[in-house]
Amino acid sequence: MKQLIALISGVLFALGLGISGMTQTHVVKGFLDFFGSWNISLMGVMIGAIAINAIVYQIIKKKDHPLFDKKFYLPANNHIDKNLLLGAAIFGLGWGWAGICPGPGIVSLASGKMEIFVFVGSMVAGMYFFKMCKKN
Amino acid sequence: MTYALIGGAIIGIAASLMLVLNGRVTGISGIVAGVLRPIKGDTLWRSLFLLGLLIGGFILKIVRPESFESLSLNMGIADYAIAGFLVGFGTLLGNGCTSGHGVCGNSRLSVRSMVATMTFILFGVISVVIFKLMRGEV
Repeated sequence: MKQLIALISGVLFALGLGISGMTQTHVVKGFLDFFGSWNISLMGVMIGAIAINAIVYQIIKKKDHPLFDKKFYLPANNHIDKNLLLGAAIFGLGWGWAGICPGPGIVSLASGKMEIFVFVGSMVAGMYFFKMCKKN
Repeated sequence: MTYALIGGAIIGIAASLMLVLNGRVTGISGIVAGVLRPIKGDTLWRSLFLLGLLIGGFILKIVRPESFESLSLNMGIADYAIAGFLVGFGTLLGNGCTSGHGVCGNSRLSVRSMVATMTFILFGVISVVIFKLMRGEV
């Protein structure tokens, strides 16, 4: 059942990204273009997603475990450290440059366009590079 | 704006399903990273979630092909390569992206995620400025 939920959630997530325009790089870059023709869409997506998820979280946070598992796997770390800031900054630079973040990147593979395969391939390479750095 | 809100709400429902039923955070960079280094019993749901994203992508390609129109606009292959690498490295170093920090973390009122979100939006804005400057668009 857990596996089926993951699949359904993935499909819904992708449709949400597509409907809201987040797979279109110019819409995402338009939001980050504060000093140009600002496109507010991304903020609408955040508001819609957070509103629903925040209400649901308030309802379930008193429960001991989710419906289909023994416990919640929520991040407990609440430290604001150098890695968080540096990582978010590096991510932001890449995100703004192409207008693509990991979710829309994976969804857009369905387009079959070479550009997105290069993006996702490099993203995976960046992740491997991080893991290599961490080991040393 | 209506489409943005509706699409956002669908994303919120997708994330809520994972939270209420599976107890998981829908952070896509983390889900991808988990598949790259498989741990027994923790890989199948991640792979299926990613498969779901792809299936959703194929549905979009059929019913809303304009979703992928802007992919080849105004950018070369090198741009995608550099941006992708920064996104991959940065999201693991910072433990999250627009979904993990932006949607899930902020929904739990995590200060860590709020700081991360403000940081990546700030640097996203800076990146767009540099991009435009380099192309003489400013």
